[in-house]
Order: sequence, then C-alpha cells, then structure tokens
Amino acid sequence: MARSMCWHCQSEVTGEYFCERCVKVQPVSKETDYFTCLGFPRRLTLDPKKLEAKFYELSRTFHPDFYQTKSTAEQTISLSNAAVLNTAYRTLRDPIQRAEYLLALETGSVKDIRTSPPADLFEEILELQDTLEEYRASDHGSDQGHRLRAVLQTEQEALERRKVEMESQLRQLFADWDKLQDTGEATSPAKAERNRILKQMRDLLSHRTYINNIVNDLAATIA
Amino acid sequence: MARIVGIDLGTTNSLVAYMKDGQPRIVPDRNGRTMVPSVVALADNGLIVGNSAKEHLTRNPERTVYSVKRFMGKGLADIQNELTYFPYQLTETGGVIRIRLGQKNYSPPQISAMILKELKLRAETYLGESITKAVITVPAYFNDSQRQATKDAGLIAGLEVLRIINEPTAAALAYGLQKNTQGTIAVYDFGGGTFDISILKLKDGIFEVLATNGDTHLGGDDLDRLLVDLFVAEIRDRHEIDNRHYPDHMQAVRLEGERAKIRLSDELKTEITIELPEDKGRFTRELTRDQLESLAISVIERTLTPCRMALKDAGLNPKDIDEVVLVGGSTRMPLVRQLVEALFGKPPHCHLNPDEVVALGAAVQADILSGGTTDMLLLDVTPLSLGIETMGGVMSSLIRRNTTIPASAKEMFTTYVDGQTGVDIHILQGERELVKDNRSLARFRLKVPPLPAGVPRIEVTFLIDANGILNVTATDMRTSQSQSIEVKPSYGLSDMEVEKMIEDSFKFAAEDIGARKLIEARLDAESLIKTTDKSLAEAGHLVAREEADAIRMALSQLSTAKDGTDFRAIRARMAELEQAAKHLNAVMLDDSLKRGLQGKKVSDVS
Repeated sequence: MARSMCWHCQSEVTGEYFCERCVKVQPVSKETDYFTCLGFPRRLTLDPKKLEAKFYELSRTFHPDFYQTKSTAEQTISLSNAAVLNTAYRTLRDPIQRAEYLLALETGSVKDIRTSPPADLFEEILELQDTLEEYRASDHGSDQGHRLRAVLQTEQEALERRKVEMESQLRQLFADWDKLQDTGEATSPAKAERNRILKQMRDLLSHRTYINNIVNDLAATIA
Repeated sequence: MARIVGIDLGTTNSLVAYMKDGQPRIVPDRNGRTMVPSVVALADNGLIVGNSAKEHLTRNPERTVYSVKRFMGKGLADIQNELTYFPYQLTETGGVIRIRLGQKNYSPPQISAMILKELKLRAETYLGESITKAVITVPAYFNDSQRQATKDAGLIAGLEVLRIINEPTAAALAYGLQKNTQGTIAVYDFGGGTFDISILKLKDGIFEVLATNGDTHLGGDDLDRLLVDLFVAEIRDRHEIDNRHYPDHMQAVRLEGERAKIRLSDELKTEITIELPEDKGRFTRELTRDQLESLAISVIERTLTPCRMALKDAGLNPKDIDEVVLVGGSTRMPLVRQLVEALFGKPPHCHLNPDEVVALGAAVQADILSGGTTDMLLLDVTPLSLGIETMGGVMSSLIRRNTTIPASAKEMFTTYVDGQTGVDIHILQGERELVKDNRSLARFRLKVPPLPAGVPRIEVTFLIDANGILNVTATDMRTSQSQSIEVKPSYGLSDMEVEKMIEDSFKFAAEDIGARKLIEARLDAESLIKTTDKSLAEAGHLVAREEADAIRMALSQLSTAKDGTDFRAIRARMAELEQAAKHLNAVMLDDSLKRGLQGKKVSDVS
C-alpha cells in the first residue's frame, strides 16, 4: 500500500492496512490494483490455494463482522475495503477474468475488449447462425428438426474443441508473460515481446469470448 | 457490549437464542417450550401473540394472522392466487400489503414486530436484562425488499438489527461449531413457507458460501393446502357442504391436515377427524403416508431444480458434496429425505434439531459480532443479480448472483440533452433479460447540474452490504461532491412510515403490557377456578361447611374480578382463593393417598 496519511491521527501510515500509531484500519486506495490488493505480483499463473489463503486472511482483516464494536468511520472503511477485496478475489480467481484485468491494467483500456469472431471462422459462423435460425423455426420433432439438431450438435462440439485450443494457447501466452516479467528486462526486444504477448492475448480473449457466447447459445437452444 | 440475541423469525414458528459458555442455547418459556408460534390475534383485550394466539385460529379466524412472513416485502398482486386461503382481510397501500385487524390496518413488518417483541420479552424475562440488539435470520433467497421489511420489523419492535443473516448459512454456523467439519456442505432448508439451498466451503473457521438458490414461496404451507383441497372436495361430495364458506372450519381443516402430515412422518397411516359446520356431524377418513406422498411429491420435487442450479453455479457435481445438512420442519418427511439422498447420492445429516438449528446459528453470528467468537467468519453471497433498467426495457446486470458480499459496482451516468437536470434510475433484482420479468426494487432521480449533453459525469455506487441490503451513493466526478439519494422502494415502507410505526409501537407499549398482564391473569384465574371447582365437587364433603362456603365466596369474588380489567385485583383474589382452599387441597391429597394405599401390602409401599 502506498504511503499516505492516517485519516484519523494524521500521522504517516507505515503499516500495511492499519495505522501503526492509532491502530485504525486504513481505506484501500482507489489506485490500488487487485494484484497489489491481494499481495500478488502481476502474473497470470497464480496458485489458487495461495490466492484463497490470502483472501481468507484479508477477509479476517477487513470483514464488517469484526468492526461492529468500532466507530462508524471504521465500519464504513471496513465495508468498502471488504467490497474491494471481494471484487479483487473474484477477478483474480478466474484465469480469463484475471487476464482481461491485467490487459486493461497494462494497456489502459478497460471496456474496449470487444468480442469478435476469429477471421478464419467468419464464414462458418455466418452459416451456423443461419442453421440456428432454421432450427428455431422448425418443428423440433420432425426429421428436418432432428437433422438440424445433429448439425448443430456437431458444430457445438467443434467450437468447444476450438475453445479448448484457444485456452491452451492462452496458457502459453500467460507463461510467456510471467517469464518476461520475471526477467524484468527493459531492452527494446523485451518491449517488443511484451507488446506481442499483450496483442495476441487481447485477440485470443476476444475470440474466445465470442466462441463461448455462441457455444452457450447453442447449448441453450438444443437443450 | 450489550448482549446480542439471535432470532429465527419463521413462517410457522419463531425462536430466540443466546450464547453461553461458547455454546448457543434456545431461550425457553416458563413451561420449557422453545418455539413461539408466529401467530398474532386480535382478542377482545387487544393483540396477543404466540401460543395463546394460536388458539384463536379456529375461534377467531378473521382476526388471527399466521404465515405473515409470506407477505414481507410484497404487494397484493404477488399473492393474488392464494388470497382465498387466508381468512383475514388483505389490502394494499403504497405497494405494501396491509392486514386488517378490527378497525386498524397493519403492514406485515408491524405484525412481525409483534412476534419479535414477544421473543424480546421472552429473552428479557429469562436472561433478566434488557435486550435491544439482535441478529435476525431470513431465507437466503429473500430479495432486497423482503430483507428491508425484516429490518423494519426489528426497528418497530425496538430492536437494533445488527445483521440480517441467511437461514441456511446460520444453520451451517451452528453445524460447523458442533461438528468442526472441513469440506463442502449443502444445507437443504425446507421450512413452513420457504425453501433454500446453500452450498458452502468450510475451511479453518471460514464459512464461504459458494452458491445459493431457492424459492421464497415453497414450503410446508403448500403441502397443507394440498390436503385442505383434498378434504374440502371430499367433504363437499360426502356431506354436501362447502367448508370454504366457513372460515373457522377452514382453519380446522388446515390444522387437521398439518397435524396429520406431521404424524405421517412417524406413522404409515393416520385417522382424520373434522367437525363439520351446521351440525352436519363429522368428516372422518384414513390417510396413509403413501397417499400423502403421492400428493406431496410434485411440491417436494420443486426443490430439486434450485439444488441443481446452486450446484451448477458453484461449479460442483453432487458427488463433490461431503455432507448434506437438513434444516426446517418439512425435512422431517421421509419422502423429502429420500429425494435429497437420491440427488446427492448420500444420506443427509439429520442429527441436529431442524427447528432449532437456525436460531442457534443466529446466536453464533451474534457472538461473532459482539467480539466473543473470533475464529469463525461467514462469507455469504447475494442470491439474486442486481441491475438497472437500460434502453428498451432491458436489465443491465451490475452485481451478479452468488457474488460474495459486501459487493459493490460503480456506474457512470451522463445526460443526453443539453441542460438536463436529472437522470431517472430504476433498480432491479432478478435473472431475466427483460425489466418486466424481474423484481423492481426501487427508483430514484439523480440530480445533475444543467450542462451541455454528455458533460456531466455522475458516478453511482451500488453497494450490497453484509446484510444483503442495497445502499446507493452518487458522486459528481467534476466537483467530487457526493449527493444524497432518496430511494423510493417499490414494495416497501418509506422511512417516514417506519418512523411513525416505531413511535406508535412505543406509544402503545405501555398499554400492550397492561393488556398482556390482564390476559395472563385471566387465563391463570380461569384455570384456578376450574381446579378449585373440581376439588370442591370431589372433596367438599371432607371439610367443614363454613370452610366450603368461604371457598365458594372466594371463587365468586375471583369470577367477578376476572370480568373486570384490573389485573392486580385478579391476582389479589387469586391469592385469597388459594389461601381459602389450601386446607381443602391438603385434605384431598391425604385422602387420595389413603385410597391409593388401600388394598396394598405394607411391603409394596415402603
């Protein structure tokens, strides 16, 4: 946590979450990112057990249950800290959300990861959308209904395989990112590598979300 | 810190518990009973609550309110298709159901407050101290309006509600404390009016709720109704009388159905007897467990879908659940246990008293809040997605269901027209796409400085606190000024109305206490008169005539006092009668002992 002034006694806060002088809880700064909040470096491969342990530890530190006997100001801080902590944990716990969050932190555009179809699948997906419409309009009990359903099922399986493939590519990129961060080089090849990883990651995440949405839609339609 | 009690405010019964020596305990009444029936009746002497009110269900059905929990946070339209089942008169004002009792209308939080007051009094009498703070439980699947209504009820009852906690998670706390379990548990909570399923991970004292689901309108009441419908149809066919025209008889039918249902958890068949109105005699039939189960299965099966949804949201399969814990009276039914076992593939844990475990858990949470228990922490979730209305009547989700609370989301708002001074915001809860299919929680108008379109930037923070209740704040990002927001609840009492009710409740408190003492004195007097009459009839000949006359005199004086309104006078006459009849009772005891010994050998007695 960044050095700041205690809201209560105005002395410089040296402790991590509490003022060492007056022992009051300190608000998590708005600038604190989720990695910092949970005490992890900006890496994409995190040990879920360690993450959970840290989340539990910090919950014991911030949860409003433990501030019931404290002042209103401390209760308010505990409430908002706990809310930030919960959001941080929810975001970092899921590898995809974690990567999207890191991307936003590194490239500065939060909501701009548009979902887009992978170029090579564009034709196929247009065709799939047509089949989907046709199936929705058809009598599900008829021969045509059965045939269309079988087509959609095959498509769903193919897309799911594609999704798994993308996720494995993503994991490779995550490892590349972590390795690059660990070396901490600031050379221009390192910068180029960094930008390559972030760009590829952005494209893959965008495509994966797109595929994921279609798979969910398919699953719901033929369920 | 003053003591905090834990309260289970149930559909059918309510309980209050406290912590002693690290263990939660239920507060009993004078007779050792732990449950207070959640029934409020308007008797001739005023409002009465609990066991004495329950007697009015058949005597005075139009003026006896039960299952009020089903109305919390709701409008009349929400319960339209079950209105015929309730013998009391229901109306609506300001989006809130009102219950007519005599000349006055009461909101559901006011009726609930009477039950809470009864529990408060019970705890105060038992613990010998004033109780002003409480943790109150609600079904996990209660929405924001229903939680707020519960909190309002606490306020009206003169209780500071330090926390609203979910019933299944409360049960998990009590269970975890007792068993010291680690792992993943499912709490299946099937009560009188509501059903909840919660899946929790228990690890090192942390109780993390992974997912919750349920139906706030599914419970034992629904099973009772199936029996009512069956009996009413049979009575009509066999005796050519429609019970539905006789509210008091409808209550008798309902209560007989409920009792039969309870008996059939232990027995395979039972006898139904219902006295009919208009001297039509009585209706009798045998009801078997099989017959009950074939009726009940459709209702009980409705609990399975929420279970599957909760598992899915937690990302788990039934086999991942280490232990299934049963809570709520309805889980005593063997069929419920069978279906639960079939779903999770393991026999459920049912060693805890399903009626008491929720109140016990509430007491544990109360102890955590007062700083007594420090090693346990409950991390609960919000059961329903929270969102706002956007263009085209679509709900845009801000906080997803099963998000750990406290949870917050921020949203930036701006204007579309030059000089626009307000933005209307409609808050919703639910899982559906369209606004109209979700629950409207509240509306408010965001104040915006008159500026060119798109220039204002108002950040609104939606914060769900640890009670699962929404708080909204707004900040003008240009000036960093925060603005207060007056939220108008769609299905709730306004702050002003709650304040008025609190005032009323204090104003009438003194009267209420007087009325209650009078009722109790009358009941006690009645029973004393009855027993003394009996003694006189059986043993009057064993005492002197003057003595018997003196007793009769004291009896008639007590009778007169009982019809008056001075409870002190009643108590005084009771004391006199007890004194006058003391010798008679002693003689009677002697006599019965003597007669009991007749014909017995000395060796049998010594």
